[in-house]
Amino acid sequence: MRKYIAFWSILWKDMKTYYLKPPNISWGIIFPFAWTLMFFLRSEGAVEIREILPGVMSLAVLFGTTSMLAVTITFERRSRSFERLLLAPISLNLLMLAKTSGAIIFGILNALLPVIIASLVIDLSGINWMSAILSIIFIAVTSAFLGLFISVSASEVFEAQTFSNFVRFPMMFLGGLFLPLERLPLFLRFLSYLLPLTYGVDILKTAINGNGIIPSGISFLVLVGFSLFLFLMSINNIQKRWIY
Amino acid sequence: MNILEVKNLSKNYDGFKAVKEINFSLEKGEIFGFLGPNGAGKTTTINMLTGLARPSSGAIQIAGEDGIKNIKKVQRIIGIVPDESNLYEEMNGFDNLVFCASLYGMGKKQREERASRLLEQFGLATTGKKLFKAYSKGMKRKLTIAAGIIHEPQILFLDEPTTGIDVENARQIRRLIQTLNNKGTTIFLTTHYIEEAERLCHRIGFIVEGEIVKIGRTIDLLQEAQKEYIIEFTLENEVEPLKEPIQKTFPGIHVYTIDHFHLRVSSPEKIDLMPFMKFFAEEKCLVREARIIRPSLEEVFVKVTGLEIDRLKKEKEGEKK
Repeated sequence: MRKYIAFWSILWKDMKTYYLKPPNISWGIIFPFAWTLMFFLRSEGAVEIREILPGVMSLAVLFGTTSMLAVTITFERRSRSFERLLLAPISLNLLMLAKTSGAIIFGILNALLPVIIASLVIDLSGINWMSAILSIIFIAVTSAFLGLFISVSASEVFEAQTFSNFVRFPMMFLGGLFLPLERLPLFLRFLSYLLPLTYGVDILKTAINGNGIIPSGISFLVLVGFSLFLFLMSINNIQKRWIY
Repeated sequence: MNILEVKNLSKNYDGFKAVKEINFSLEKGEIFGFLGPNGAGKTTTINMLTGLARPSSGAIQIAGEDGIKNIKKVQRIIGIVPDESNLYEEMNGFDNLVFCASLYGMGKKQREERASRLLEQFGLATTGKKLFKAYSKGMKRKLTIAAGIIHEPQILFLDEPTTGIDVENARQIRRLIQTLNNKGTTIFLTTHYIEEAERLCHRIGFIVEGEIVKIGRTIDLLQEAQKEYIIEFTLENEVEPLKEPIQKTFPGIHVYTIDHFHLRVSSPEKIDLMPFMKFFAEEKCLVREARIIRPSLEEVFVKVTGLEIDRLKKEKEGEKK
């Protein structure tokens, strides 16, 4: 019971202090909105909007989660308030799960916006919603742990944002978001299979348009693997770098 | 009864030995002062005792628990007040305390009651709803101490609690430390202010370059210091160039400078003033004042650390800035 009180308090504190602040709410709304609008305006018809929806949703989650973790972790580490959490009688795993849960929720909410906008323009029937929601959750978890991994490696917020861009932009172009994997040259296709977002987008493509190329079960497993790997690596880095 | 025991504790950073096999213990209910110059290893020691740093070797026992293996269990019964306030700038005082209480698993009602009581006790009741970033330095320090004792720890680690704050707030904090100790909290205190340690601590340990060079009851250390005779001279001239000639002329005498124009001479034997006056006259130095000093813990510090008081003062000033 005690540890759940601590978990909930850290999550709620982050929500109140960071996520529910007007600049972040507006970032959470404006950013996916701008992406959505940009891509939807470029598309020529209802079919194309549906084609690019998985990519836009994935981007909204990816940018939302990784950007916020750079603030909630790196900033707190810099201001030393993170030390207070490290000195609390809760395990490091629970602490980091509490810290990333806010980003996961933020990412999931970010993904809703493109869906809402698309629903105003096109007919969204025939979507496997269960699979779509699950994939959004999995993308959010993996992206949050990726953000955690980057934030733990950085010592300044701007450093974390820069590192994030090194990872986010290749994923934008190689993750099959807007350019189908099969159209990529072979060596780039190999690289795209090393990126977690590729698998998340593929599940979404299957759920929304039925045109994914990887069996969803495998993609879910790969995302679980990426999440575990990134989370454990982050914990290991914290133990090495922050509990010196 | 010992509540904390440290055995052969060491910490190495890339080949640099920050703490070298130190041994000490804390008795339940005492205030233990940990004194040393900047970079002596005080904060590293606190970090190892509280779980923020991993010892390279040695053992820590806190309230019968292994303080290295079971650090999460130990963190329930210890409180930490770091040298810099580490509360949340964007939260108000009350919310900061309530949040810190929740980290120890306290229920909502209990943590709110405790936070209100502490705000009252620390004279912050009227500013509880103010954002932490709007607090003055002294208020920040007080709230950080309140956060450190929100879960009523058995041992409280205070790292430089009065550094950089005004006299009145420092006095209030010292009174709070005393009150906490009277209620049974064991306190581990690091400070630059020797007079603060002299006033508050039951026992004191001196750490220099990672090694504990002296440890003892404050009263015993003072008695030992008071066996010395000290005269302080205030000169018109710079005192630094005179140190060596004085040492050569009066071989059994220890000479040290306080600042540019003050120097002290000390000896276990009674010091005759006249030979010194004659020496200064021969050196064409004008003596503005000569006075007998009652030795304090500061003299013990100077003796065991080898640090001169002017350097210590500079360090204090640097900390304040």
